[in-house]
Amino acid sequence: MNAVATKLVRTRPRVDTAPLWIRAGVTAWIALLVIAPVVSLVLKGVAAGPAAFWHAVSARGAVDALWLSTWTSLIASVVNGFMGSAIAWALVRWDVPGRRLLAALVDLPLAIPTLVAGILIIALFGPQTALGGFLHHHGFDVAFARPGIVLALLFVTLPFVVRAVEPVLAELDPAEEEAALTLGSGRWLTFRKVLLPPIFPAIAAGMVQTFARSIAEFGSLAAVSGNIPFKTLVAPVYILGQVEAGEPEAAAAVSIVLLAVALALQPFAAFLARRAGGRRG
Amino acid sequence: MVEAKRRVPDAQAKLVFGGIVAYLSVLLLVPLAALVLAVVRHFGDVVEQLTSGEAFHAMGLTLVVAAICITLNGVFGIAGALVLVRQRFFGRRFLDALVDLPLALSPVMTGLAFLILFGRSGALRPVVDLLGFSVAFAWPGVLLATLFVTLPFTLREVALVLEEVGDHEEQAAATLGASAWQTFRRVTLPNIYSGLSIGTTLTLARALGEFGAVLVVGGGIANKTETATTFIHTAVEERQEPAAFGMALILAAAAIALLLFLQNRKAKV
Amino acid sequence: MSIQVRNLVKSYGGHRVVDDVTFDVAAGELVALLGPSGGGKSTILRIIAGLDSADQGEVWLDGNRVDHVHPRDRQVGFVFQHYALFRHMTVAQNVAFGLDVQGESKDSQDERVKTLLQVMGLQGLGDRMPTQLSGGQRQRVALARALAPRPKLLLLDEPFGAVDAKVREELRRWLRKLHDEVHTTSIFVTHDQEEAFAIADRVLIIQKGGLEQAASPTQVLDEPATEFVARFVGEVNVFDGVVKGGHAWIGSIETPVNGHAEGTKVRLIVRAYDLKFWVDPQGPAKVNRVLPLGDRVRVEAELLDGAPIFAQFPRRSSLLHGIEPGSRIAVEVTHARAWAAE
Repeated sequence: MNAVATKLVRTRPRVDTAPLWIRAGVTAWIALLVIAPVVSLVLKGVAAGPAAFWHAVSARGAVDALWLSTWTSLIASVVNGFMGSAIAWALVRWDVPGRRLLAALVDLPLAIPTLVAGILIIALFGPQTALGGFLHHHGFDVAFARPGIVLALLFVTLPFVVRAVEPVLAELDPAEEEAALTLGSGRWLTFRKVLLPPIFPAIAAGMVQTFARSIAEFGSLAAVSGNIPFKTLVAPVYILGQVEAGEPEAAAAVSIVLLAVALALQPFAAFLARRAGGRRG
Repeated sequence: MVEAKRRVPDAQAKLVFGGIVAYLSVLLLVPLAALVLAVVRHFGDVVEQLTSGEAFHAMGLTLVVAAICITLNGVFGIAGALVLVRQRFFGRRFLDALVDLPLALSPVMTGLAFLILFGRSGALRPVVDLLGFSVAFAWPGVLLATLFVTLPFTLREVALVLEEVGDHEEQAAATLGASAWQTFRRVTLPNIYSGLSIGTTLTLARALGEFGAVLVVGGGIANKTETATTFIHTAVEERQEPAAFGMALILAAAAIALLLFLQNRKAKV
Repeated sequence: MSIQVRNLVKSYGGHRVVDDVTFDVAAGELVALLGPSGGGKSTILRIIAGLDSADQGEVWLDGNRVDHVHPRDRQVGFVFQHYALFRHMTVAQNVAFGLDVQGESKDSQDERVKTLLQVMGLQGLGDRMPTQLSGGQRQRVALARALAPRPKLLLLDEPFGAVDAKVREELRRWLRKLHDEVHTTSIFVTHDQEEAFAIADRVLIIQKGGLEQAASPTQVLDEPATEFVARFVGEVNVFDGVVKGGHAWIGSIETPVNGHAEGTKVRLIVRAYDLKFWVDPQGPAKVNRVLPLGDRVRVEAELLDGAPIFAQFPRRSSLLHGIEPGSRIAVEVTHARAWAAE
C-alpha cells in the first residue's frame, strides 16, 4: 500500500470514530491532571512578587545548582550524541551476534527505576568497592562526585539518541551510497556528504531530548551525587532541598526556570524530529 | 523500499562492537551481581526486614497505584489517541502538546505542584476537604502524581499505531452497518493491541520506578505514603542496608522482566 | 435502488473538487465514473456512500433524501481501492462481518459466507488471513464482504487499480457477470477508459469536478458532448482548421463538418480509425514510422507542413499495402468532430 498516496488523498471521513463526549472526557482528564498542577506550580513561583522570584532564582545555591545541571547535561548530550549514533549504526547496519543483547541493554534505562540505577552505580563505584577504592586512590572519584553525575546521566539518557537515529538510518536508500561510490567518492566522503545530512536532524533531536531529560533527572542523582551543596547539587535536588526547608515559593521559582527551559526546547525538538522523519510518508 | 544490507563488520569493528557490549554488560551485570551477593549474604536480615508490615505496605501501595495507573491511563490513552489522531478540532495541537508536558517536568517539580495544588492554601484543597480525603502526604497524592507522570505512554504508543494503520477498515465497517461501539471493539481494538501492550509495559515500568514525585507529595511516611522506591530511600538513610538491597533487587528483577517482555513485544511489531 | 444526485458541490481548501454535479442512475444499472486522476470521481462516490459529506447539493436513494443518513444506515456496499480488509480477521470473518453486526444467526451467516465464497471462486480460503492472499483474491474478498449484507447499491472505488493487467481483465469480466446475475445497482470509479467501456451500461465522464457527459459507451465514442470527452476517449488526432465551403480544411485535406459558420477557426478531433491512408506519390503526407502493436498497426506520419498525423489499422488491412517509412501517402478523413476554437 502506498502510504504517501494515502496521506495525500486523506479526506476527513464523516465516520467519526469517537463521539463528542469522549473528546470532552479526554479534555477534562488532561485539564485536571496536567494543567491544574502545572498552573498552580507556576502561580506559586510568582506569587511572592518579582523581587522574591529574582531573589530565589539568583541565590548562590540556585545558580550553582542550575549551572551544574546545565553543563553536566551538555556533556551527556554530546557524549551520547556520539555513542548513541554509533550504537544505532551498529544495530542497523551490522550483522553480529550480541545485537539483540545490545538492543535490550539500550532499552534498559527505560525500564529500570532511576533510583535503582543510581544504587547500581554506587554498588559499582562506591567508596567501599574495589573499583571505587582504586579510582579514589588515584585521585578520581565517581560516586558522590561530579563524574558520577555525568555517568548517571549517560546511563539514564542512553536510549534517546539511539531511538531517534535508528529508524532514520534504517530508511536510508542504499542506492544513494552506491551511487556515490560509483561516482568516485571514498568511504569517509560518502559518510560525510551522503549519510550524515539525513541523519543529522535525528541526532540533533535526540540530543535535545537528552538534554531536557538530563536537567530534570532526579532519582539516580539522589543516590549518586551526594548532594554536597555548591559542588554536587543539581537543580532538581536543590528544589527538593528548598521544599524540605519549608520554602515552597523559592522551590517553585527555580522550578519555573527548569520548566521554561524544557518548554523552550520542546518545539525545537519537535521541529528537528519532523525534519528527521521527513522521509517517512 | 530496499533496506541497506547488513554487513558483517570487519575484525576491527567486531572488536569494537564486542567491547561496547562487554563494557555495558559489565556496567550492569557486575553491580547486579554485587546486589544479588549482598542480598544472599544478608539473606536472613533481608527476609526479616522485607516481611515487615512497613515493607508489605510499601509494596502493596506501589502495586495498587501501578494497577490504577495502567487502567485509567490505558482507557484515557486509547480515548485520547483516537481523539488526537482521528479528529480535527480547535485546540487539538494544544491538547497534543499538553500530553507531552509530564515528560518535561522533573519528578520533584511534579510532586511540588501537587503539594501546592492540594496543600493548605491550594486551589483544589476545598474540594478534597469536602470529599473527605487528603492528597498532600496521603496516598491519593501518590496516586495522582503517578497518574501524572504515566499519562503520555499508552497514549503515544496507541497514537503511533493508529497513524500507521489508518482508518480505512473503520470506514469499511461503517458501510457494512456496524455501530460505533461495534466498530471500535471489533476493528479498532484488535489493530491497536500492539501499541496498547507496549504502552502498558512502559506505564508499569514508570509507575514502579517513580521516586521524586511520590517522595515530595507523599513524604515517604511509613505505612501511609511509602512506596517501594521511597522505602529504599528511607532504608538507606536509616542504614538498613539489607532492606534497601532487598527491595532494590526486587525492583531490578521486575524491571528486567518488563524489559524482556518489551523486547518481545517490539519484535512482534 | 435508484440514485439521484443533484447539484453536488464539495471543496477542499478553497478548491472545488466536485463542481455542481447532477446525474441519475436507474435501478439495476451498472454505471462507470470515468475520468483522469484527481478529477473528483472518488469524492462523488464517497459522498453517495455517506463517507464524506457534500458542501451543497442532495443525494436521493430510492426517492429518499439521504444527506444526513449515516453510512451504516444507507444499505450501500463499498469496495475500497486498497481493499480495507480487516487484517485481524479471517476471510470468512471478513465476509460475515456485515451479517454479524446486524445480529444474523450464526448458521445463516455461515451459509451465506459459503455461498459467496463459492460464487467468488474463493472456496477453501475461508480460514486464511488477508495477508496470505494474492491481490486478486483480496479484491474478491472485499467484493464478497460488501455483497454479503445484500446491499441495495454497490459502489466500487477503482476496484482493479491495485492488481496487474491480466488479473484486472479477469476481475472485470467477473464483475460484469456478477452484475448480470444479481442486478444490484452499481457505480464504479475508474480512470481506465477501456475498463469503463468494457463493463458499464453507461459512462459518466468527470473532469475537474464537473460532469462532461453521461451516455452509453457508443454514444460517448460517436457523439462526444465536449472537446474534452472527444480527446479523452481513445486515440485521437487534434488539428486546427478553418471552415471553408461547408468543409473544414487541414491544409489540403478536407473533412466533413457541420454546424459551423463559414470562416470559423475550428479544432478538429479525428479518431485513429476514422482515417484512411494509402500509397500515393503525390499525397499530402509522408510516413515516419510503422509500429506493429500486436493486433493493430499504428502508422505515424506527418503532413507536409510538419503537423503529425497517425492512424490505426487492423494488422492484415489491405490499406497497409506498400506503406513503409518514407512513403508518401494520401489521407482521407471519414469522420471528424469539430469544436469552435477560441
